[in-house]
Amino acid sequence: MSILVFVETDEGKVKKSSLEAVSYAAAMGDEVIALAFGTVDSAELAATGKNGANKVLHVSDSKLDQGNIQAYATGIAAAMESTGSSILVLAKSSLGDPVSARVAIKVGASLASNVTSLPDTSDGFKVTRSIYTGKAFANVSLNGDKKIIAIKKNAVDLKEDGGDAAVEAFSPEIPDSDFGVTITSQEKATGDVLLPEADIVVSGGRGLKGPENWGMIEELAKLLGAATGCSKPVSDVGWRPHHEHVGQTGVKVSPTLYVAVGISGAIQHLAGVNSSKVIVVINKDAEAPFFKAADYGIAGDAFEVVPKLIEALKSAN
Amino acid sequence: MNILVCITHVPDTTSKIAFTDNNTKFDKNGVQFIIGPYDDYALARAVELKEASGGKITVLNVGEAETEPTIRKALAIGADEAIRVNAFPSDSFFVANQIAAIAKEGNYDLILMGRESIDFNGGQVHGMVGEMLGIPSLSPVMSLDIDGTKAKISREIEGGKEYIELDLPFVAGCQEPIAEWKIPNMRGIMSARTKPLNVVEPSDNTVQSEVQNFELPPAKGAVKMVDAENVGELVNLLKNEAKVI
Repeated sequence: MSILVFVETDEGKVKKSSLEAVSYAAAMGDEVIALAFGTVDSAELAATGKNGANKVLHVSDSKLDQGNIQAYATGIAAAMESTGSSILVLAKSSLGDPVSARVAIKVGASLASNVTSLPDTSDGFKVTRSIYTGKAFANVSLNGDKKIIAIKKNAVDLKEDGGDAAVEAFSPEIPDSDFGVTITSQEKATGDVLLPEADIVVSGGRGLKGPENWGMIEELAKLLGAATGCSKPVSDVGWRPHHEHVGQTGVKVSPTLYVAVGISGAIQHLAGVNSSKVIVVINKDAEAPFFKAADYGIAGDAFEVVPKLIEALKSAN
Repeated sequence: MNILVCITHVPDTTSKIAFTDNNTKFDKNGVQFIIGPYDDYALARAVELKEASGGKITVLNVGEAETEPTIRKALAIGADEAIRVNAFPSDSFFVANQIAAIAKEGNYDLILMGRESIDFNGGQVHGMVGEMLGIPSLSPVMSLDIDGTKAKISREIEGGKEYIELDLPFVAGCQEPIAEWKIPNMRGIMSARTKPLNVVEPSDNTVQSEVQNFELPPAKGAVKMVDAENVGELVNLLKNEAKVI
C-alpha cells in the first residue's frame, strides 16, 4: 500500500508545507510517493526523499507551471489510480483546498481538512482537525476505502533524515476541458518568506499610524527571518496588501513565534493567530486585550520599543 | 443572469466556543448566528452584479429550521428567493451533494459561496460542487467581473494574486475584497418577509465523515510582561526560555 502526497512548488522550490505533508505521510509507515506539477528541477524533487518520499512522480508539462485547479485534480486522481494509493496527503492551502475537493469527488474519497494529528487506526480511521478558526478541535472518523488528508500548516514536525528519492516522469491524460480557465497574469511578492508558511511572523496594526512607518516592521522581520503580516483595518485602508491580512477572514498563521506590534487584539485577529506557539505583544495600551492571549508583552510605544528591539537583536546575534 | 448564492448559518465571529453533551454538541447557549462572513461577501457581490445588469438571485442554505432568520436576512440584503434543504449540514460532501442537486434543476449562470465556512473551515464545498457539475471552480476569489458570458476574476495565491479569465457557468468561493458587506435597509427587511422561501428535503443522505467528539485547546498561561526600558530582556527570554529565535 502506498500513500500519495501532492507537492506544491513556489519559485522552483518545494513548499515547506508540502515537505510537512511528505513527513506526515512517512510517519504513517507506508511507501510514500510524491507528485509534483510543472517545471521544477529534478534534484529539488529528489530532495523530498530527505523528508520521507520513496519516489517522486513528476508531471513536467510547462502548461502546468501555474496552479490549474482542474488539471491538477485530474493528474492527482490518475496518480492515485496508477499507483494504487488509497490515501492522498497534502497541505491545506489556497491551492490545496480547491484541488483536493475535486479529487475527492473524482475518486470517491472522504476528506478531512485542517488535520493536526496522525490517523488513529485502532478503531476505524480517525483524525483530529482544527475547527472554529483554531478555537476548537474535532475528532473525526472517515468512512470509505479512500481518504484525503489536508494537513494544517506548521502542525507537523519535518522529518529530515532520509536520502534522495527517485524521480520518474508521469504523464496523465488531461482533457482540454480542464484548460478552460486561463490564468492571464500573476502578481506576487518574490523572494520573501510566504506568510502562511512562515516560522516567525511580525505583524503591525493601526498603532503604527501609517504605511510609511512599516520600515521598522520590515527590518525587524528581516532580522528574524520572518514574514510580515498586518491586522484587518490596516489592509482595509490599503496600508498593506490583502495577502498580509492575518485574522478570522484573512490568513490564519501558526508560526513558532508571532510578534504583534500596535495591534489591540480583536477576537477576529486572535482567531488567525491562536495556534501560534509563542506570542509577543507590543502595545502602548497596557489594557489591550491582546496581552491576555500573549506569552510575552511589552507595554510601550512601538516607535520606541521596536528600534530598541532591533538593536538588542543585532547585538545578541 | 441567474445567480445561486450558498450561505452558511454560523456562530458570530466573537462567539465563545463551548461544547455540551460530553463534548459531542456545540453549545448554542448565548451564541448569535450570522450569515458566514465569506458567504456574506459572495451575496454582496451577487447583489452588485444584479444591480448592474439585472437577473435573479436565489439563496440556498443546507440547514434545519433554526437557520430561517439567517436566510431571511439574505433575502433582506437583496436575494429574490430562497431554498432551504431541510437537513443538518453533516459534512462537506453532504452539503455539496445538496447544492449540486439544486443547481442541476436551476440552470444557474454563476454559483457563489464563501471560500470556507467559519465553523468547520473545510473550504471544500465549492470544489466538490464544481466537480459534481463538471464546471470550473475557483477559490479564494477576490474580485469578479462579468461581461456577457465571460468572467474576469482574481484569485488569491500565497504571497499575491493571479488574474483569470473564463466562461460562465462556474463556481466561486469568495473572500474580501470582492465587495463590501451590505446592511439590509428597512424596505429590504419588509420585503424579505414575503419573498418565497422553499423548503426541500435532502436528495441524498450520504456522509463521508462523522464527528466523534470535540476538544478545546489547552488554556494559555499568564503573560510575562517585560519593561519597555529593558527590551534586551525580551530577546533573552525568546532565546533562552521560549527557545524560538
